[in-house]
Amino acid sequence: MINLLSSNWHAFISGFGWTLLSSVLALFFSLIIGSLFAILEVVPSKILRIIGNVYVEVFRNIPLLVITMFFYLVIPLYVVKINGFTAGTIGLTIYTSAFIAETVRAGINSVDIGQMEAARSQGMTFWQAMRYIVLPQAFKYVIPPLGNQFVNLVKNSSVLAFVAGFDLMYQGNAIASQTFETVNTYIIVGLFYLVITLPISYYMQHLERKLA
Amino acid sequence: MKRLKYLMLMITSLLLLLTLSACGSKPLSSQNILENDKQSKTITWGVKADTKLLGLIDVKDGKEKGFEIDLATALTKKMLGKDAKAKFVTVTSQSRIPLLKNGNIDAIIATMTITPERLKTIDFSDSYFDAGQSLLVKDDSSVKKVEDLNNKTIIGVVGSNSVENVKKFAPKAQVLQLPDYAQALTALKSGQGDALTTDNVILAGMAVNNPGYKLQGKAFTTEPYGIGINKGQDDFRKAVNKALKEVQQDGTYNKLIVKWFGNVPGFNYKEVLRK
Repeated sequence: MINLLSSNWHAFISGFGWTLLSSVLALFFSLIIGSLFAILEVVPSKILRIIGNVYVEVFRNIPLLVITMFFYLVIPLYVVKINGFTAGTIGLTIYTSAFIAETVRAGINSVDIGQMEAARSQGMTFWQAMRYIVLPQAFKYVIPPLGNQFVNLVKNSSVLAFVAGFDLMYQGNAIASQTFETVNTYIIVGLFYLVITLPISYYMQHLERKLA
Repeated sequence: MKRLKYLMLMITSLLLLLTLSACGSKPLSSQNILENDKQSKTITWGVKADTKLLGLIDVKDGKEKGFEIDLATALTKKMLGKDAKAKFVTVTSQSRIPLLKNGNIDAIIATMTITPERLKTIDFSDSYFDAGQSLLVKDDSSVKKVEDLNNKTIIGVVGSNSVENVKKFAPKAQVLQLPDYAQALTALKSGQGDALTTDNVILAGMAVNNPGYKLQGKAFTTEPYGIGINKGQDDFRKAVNKALKEVQQDGTYNKLIVKWFGNVPGFNYKEVLRK
């Protein structure tokens, strides 16, 4: 296994790099987009609520691979040329943001309605109350489920392999099919994923202890 | 207790199955397939059902159609006489060798390249078709031959040696490996790569179905397809080789080549004609 690792070191490391980059980008954007849609789902305006709801329900209930394939195969045909890495990362962002929106919405709903009412009675607007009173408490509640979403996101980034996004899984498939050392290759790939996911898990646990 | 009962039931049924299967006729290795086939006037061939031009089941009438099907029929008639029948069993790349080994089929004629690894487990007839690796490109592509692919993107399928071959001819080409041919073709269509590479006959089938795309350049490797036959069936193998020679000499072979590959864009059927 050491041999396999050292002779394919370059491929593994570059795959690891692309996986890490894709995960970081998707994590950042899905957190922002997800939170936005979570708020949309609880605003007083009915139209905005419907928009938020449709977004979440549509993208939460389509397989990630289908969303990614859409961006990889259909968008380049009609809109703009994007490569496998970009298509995969966009797919990952949209898919994860739907789940994050649901998670954050649950957090907002679990903040007592009295908090919002009290803030509004002090003359705050809806958005001010959201920003300063409700959201800070909501995020504290949802740290554990958010951690789950982040770990899932990293693992789901293996979808890049299906659109030639050069990630860990892609390199793993290529190495396994060339060396015929299928088991060892995928063990190494799994270990590389742990290198990303374990720190996330531990950091989330740490945050949970510190804030809750 | 309940789990123990299930376990016992499974073990007994397994034993029963083993004894039953042992009750069959003589083991395959001591049978002469050629003699059996002469008596029944039938040869059972394992063929592909999903490869256009070579072996494809027509969904309209459920019949197998393709070059390999016609060739197998012609060989059967040469070997066993005009009234003999060719029977077809659909196989895949994974199932074809096991089906041959357990006697479900007499021979495999299913786009199988003769390789040293396969020769360890089965025998092959002489090659009946010389496939070669080639490129599928858009009609107006600037790629004329494999060397043009340096600094361009080429699409292949994971696990095929065609991807490795391309690197030998165009070391600077960027290679995208996709899970299967359907997806690779779609990726080519949406402009993710400049060319798609695999055996030319498989590409030829894609070109027929997809106007606007054509085979480009000469084949840059050779992939001789052979008929797979069980080890120890030398009589059968010799009869196949003899029949193969005969269909080539009397022109049947070339007629079939023209019938199936005569007007495939970019595929020069003259390259595969035989005297």
